Amino acid sequence: MTAAADTRDPVTRAPETRASGRVSMVKLYGMHVRALLLETLRVPIAIIGSMVFPAMSLLFFVVPNRVVADDPVLATQAVISLSVFAVMVSALFNLGLTIAENREKPWDPYLRSLPLPPAVRISAQLTATSALSFASMIPVLLVGAFATAATVSVSGLLLGLVELALTSIPFLLLGAAIGYAFPSKAAIAVIQVGMFGFAFAGGLFFPPQFFPDWLDALSRFIPARHARELVISAVDGTAPDLWMLAGALAWTLAAAALVLWLYRRDEGRRYR
Amino acid sequence: MTTLARLDSVTRRFGSTTALDAVSLEIRSGEILGLLGPNGAGKSTMLTLLQGSRRPTSGTVELFGGDPSLARFRAELGSTPQETALPDTLRVSEVIDLVAAHFPDRVPTAQLAEEFGFADLLRRQCGALSGGQKRRIAVALAFAGRPRLVLLDEPTTGLDVDARHGLWAAIRRHRADGATVVVTSHYLEEIEALADRVVVIDQGRVLADDSLDAVRSRVESSIVSLRSPSAQRIAELAGVVRAERAEGGEASGDGTDRLDLTVADSDEFVRTLVTSGLPFERLAVRGASLEEAFLALTVSTPASPERIPV
Repeated sequence: MTAAADTRDPVTRAPETRASGRVSMVKLYGMHVRALLLETLRVPIAIIGSMVFPAMSLLFFVVPNRVVADDPVLATQAVISLSVFAVMVSALFNLGLTIAENREKPWDPYLRSLPLPPAVRISAQLTATSALSFASMIPVLLVGAFATAATVSVSGLLLGLVELALTSIPFLLLGAAIGYAFPSKAAIAVIQVGMFGFAFAGGLFFPPQFFPDWLDALSRFIPARHARELVISAVDGTAPDLWMLAGALAWTLAAAALVLWLYRRDEGRRYR
Repeated sequence: MTTLARLDSVTRRFGSTTALDAVSLEIRSGEILGLLGPNGAGKSTMLTLLQGSRRPTSGTVELFGGDPSLARFRAELGSTPQETALPDTLRVSEVIDLVAAHFPDRVPTAQLAEEFGFADLLRRQCGALSGGQKRRIAVALAFAGRPRLVLLDEPTTGLDVDARHGLWAAIRRHRADGATVVVTSHYLEEIEALADRVVVIDQGRVLADDSLDAVRSRVESSIVSLRSPSAQRIAELAGVVRAERAEGGEASGDGTDRLDLTVADSDEFVRTLVTSGLPFERLAVRGASLEEAFLALTVSTPASPERIPV
């Protein structure tokens, strides 16, 4: 997974590595990823929602509409759109809500009192969420493969997955930013408004080809649209649209700056 | 004796509340330092500053010679989660392993479980544990990495007598092995059982910083109440630690003032009072509450304002 490899880099470079003697930061990162995955997987119902909802959308909105479902191009785009949706929902929800909830519990502040560099914890959170995000995409791919005319080459599938991992980074960062900025109840509201707004305006539910001009113009500033177009061009093997590439990059940088600022400011939401 | 941690005129505010007010303190190796004070006194705030999870509003906090908000300076620090919160879905052994993984020289899980009496719970999920079981595991976590400095926040709250004594014994054993321990409590008994040195704090200020014996003798004081027209002279008698005078006025109608005197030894003081020949009436003696005792401690600082009004 590309996101994991990317986020591991800053960890091994952290100055903490030297001072904490024989503690391997890579091993520590692995322990945290494992603990985070176990915590989630032991309450599987928590991830059922993000796994089932995108596949259900495909099953109920796309599959019965044979004009789209029987057209290889439109069907493939629909499957890609809902895969982007699955990854986006999972990133925003799992990361945003988990971080917001953890800040209200004393366990997370406790972990932060251990000799644990912030980069290790944050990258472990991003990795664990990415793993769950990709799991939530599998039902969409299965429905797409068996119930629609969507097709993809092996190289298209692999490139698409890599592109999906890359374009999920801004959503992961935005999820983390929401988690650090809001208490959990407010975070749920912000995430819901954000994810449906992104999904509609980004053309994940209705293809942007059918958008009126004003909506299409707006859509070109929405990260979900960037992700959709970039993954489609990766799957098709065409050159990515520069506007979409620049848009995705801008959202990634802005969201990363926001998270870092919020993390430094955060002292846990504790009441005296 | 080396200094492991230091607070230098540290103030921490939360909005309009001042949790710590210009506190200076040194934590030296080899001691068990008891932080005694009522709830809300600022004890936990002090610990969170030492853990680096909060920053002071002003002043400096130093841990092993560096800034505790940087992970590398916390490599030899052990502490307990607040409210004994452990992740519900993880098993006890998984939690121990996760925490211990942060330290180069960890205590093996089985040994730690044996020592703190939860060897039978290692396979259980934390959500299934009782409050007392969680408390023991939370305290054990503080020792998982063989830290040089251990911070324990109210370690035995909610434990029965046996469990409390077991935990105290474990803490003393680790001190004997070279660990330095800071323990907070609002129980005098707990501090008496553990600490060599006691710091009394209230309303964010250090009221006393002394050996256990010295603090105990001052905390175990009495309040002598009486009325007298010679209140000023009585307040100056030997043995008075602190005096509070209420103007008599209409209440007495005879020009006498009511006096509340904090004294270390009430018998000795009454003898002195009688011998002095000063007039008094309605004498009453009672034990000082912990809070009054804390207040009396402020006179240990010579410049303290409490002494002046009398």
